[in-house]
Amino acid sequence: MKLTGRKIYKGKAKGEALVTSDSISFYGGVDPENGIVVEKGHELEGVSINDKILVFPSGKGSTVGSYVIYQMAMTGKGPKALVLNDCEAIVAVGTIISELPCVDQIDVTKIESGMQIEVDGENGTVEIV
Amino acid sequence: MELTSEEQEMVAGKHGKAAQTAMEILITLGEIYGAKKLIDVTSVQIAGVSYANLNEPGLAWLEEMAVDGKVRVMTTLNPAGMDLIDWRKLAISEEFAENQIRVVDAFKRLDVITTCSCTPYLYGNLPAYGQHIAWSESSAVCYANSVLGAKTNREGGPSALSAALVGKTPEYGFHLEENRQPELTVNIECEVKGTFRFGALGKVLGDRFGKKITYITGIPKASVEELKSFCASYATYGGVALFHMEDITPNKVNQIPDTIETVTENDMKKALGDLDDDTEIDFISLGCPHASLAELEYIAKKLSGKSINPKKEVWITTARPTKQIADRMGFTKMIEDSGAKIAADTCCVVAPIKGRFHGLASDSAKMCYYGSGRNKFAVKLMSMDECLEEALS
Repeated sequence: MKLTGRKIYKGKAKGEALVTSDSISFYGGVDPENGIVVEKGHELEGVSINDKILVFPSGKGSTVGSYVIYQMAMTGKGPKALVLNDCEAIVAVGTIISELPCVDQIDVTKIESGMQIEVDGENGTVEIV
Repeated sequence: MELTSEEQEMVAGKHGKAAQTAMEILITLGEIYGAKKLIDVTSVQIAGVSYANLNEPGLAWLEEMAVDGKVRVMTTLNPAGMDLIDWRKLAISEEFAENQIRVVDAFKRLDVITTCSCTPYLYGNLPAYGQHIAWSESSAVCYANSVLGAKTNREGGPSALSAALVGKTPEYGFHLEENRQPELTVNIECEVKGTFRFGALGKVLGDRFGKKITYITGIPKASVEELKSFCASYATYGGVALFHMEDITPNKVNQIPDTIETVTENDMKKALGDLDDDTEIDFISLGCPHASLAELEYIAKKLSGKSINPKKEVWITTARPTKQIADRMGFTKMIEDSGAKIAADTCCVVAPIKGRFHGLASDSAKMCYYGSGRNKFAVKLMSMDECLEEALS
């Protein structure tokens, strides 16, 4: 199945989907040293986003989130790509400076954790393989 | 996007490398969000200052921008990870202090005014109604859009810096009138008074309605301090950039939404209960967002002649200019003689305090969020008076 959304940042990535229906605050909600979600009560609390294709509805919270995405990308602790319903600027800027493939306007309920998916940032598509 | 000839020169690198990178970021954002052009901004606020958050990768990115970058409009800065003068009294390490100073120096080279405050509207960066600005710092974005009626998207640190270097931002989102209208009405059917209850209300609304633009009724009045607490919490829990509050906020509302939701005392109790861990308090944080002059005076008079429990650490975070006036008025002495500390230029959301404390009390719902997530403290949201009583007991 191929889902078509909108290009946020170019690049391709293939890997295991990690899906949440909760929004994510990268700053404060994710520990950049290991990529583990630390927000209390979050669906993914205690789960690492490292090397996953993170699938979530939207970003929230602090505008410092862009740098958290950048730091994780530079230190290899971040996700392989991001797939969202609605990508706000904080997350978009994080992916631009990190050169991280990112697509939004995807119905994230169509994807389940553990699925192998392929993200094509340039064409704004997500394929479930 | 349509670009002017000067903008095209910037893309081509004729105005330096930093301006070129900035244009790349702005154009990419503009294309994603369907902007037709760039528009002038009158002020910028940059977040992402604490070395604890930037770390070496973020600092390297900033230093690269500072090689030939200069901001073109008034640009102020968010709190740093420490008091830039009295960092030793906060037990900040030498190594962190050195790196933090490298960050602030990079911003100075960019001609950013290093206010180091999350409430720029109290320190000379006060946009007028209707002005286009590019602010990061989520609480200040929410305050500027909603309370002041200026127009800004929720910028990330790098996109805010890009807007400053070009003096422009892509015209999309909250810059356009059609995106600023309320989507649902929320009637508040309980009393909301004091910074901590306004913070709890921000959590209730943020958790329940997310980013939907609300038209809030039933709040008879709100002070600057209560509004800054509300904005901080609402933006933290909901990612909200704009709300309308009947008879309090100035933005034009074409039609009050028919969809009506209510908030009751039970909702408030639940939010307060979520931020009420069973814990011994050893750290009390006031001044999130930065304490205003009125708050510092209030705290000083409450603590005057008393001593806080020496087993407890109390930080009151504020901006440097407020601290200087507090020095002159004797408030600083009243506070510090009690054993509490005033920390200027910084805040407990961005200072490197992970692992130093266990139980946090604050009158700020935003502080509780970052206390529990980022710093793994147990947290209690309470009124400012209760926080001060906790400090003294």
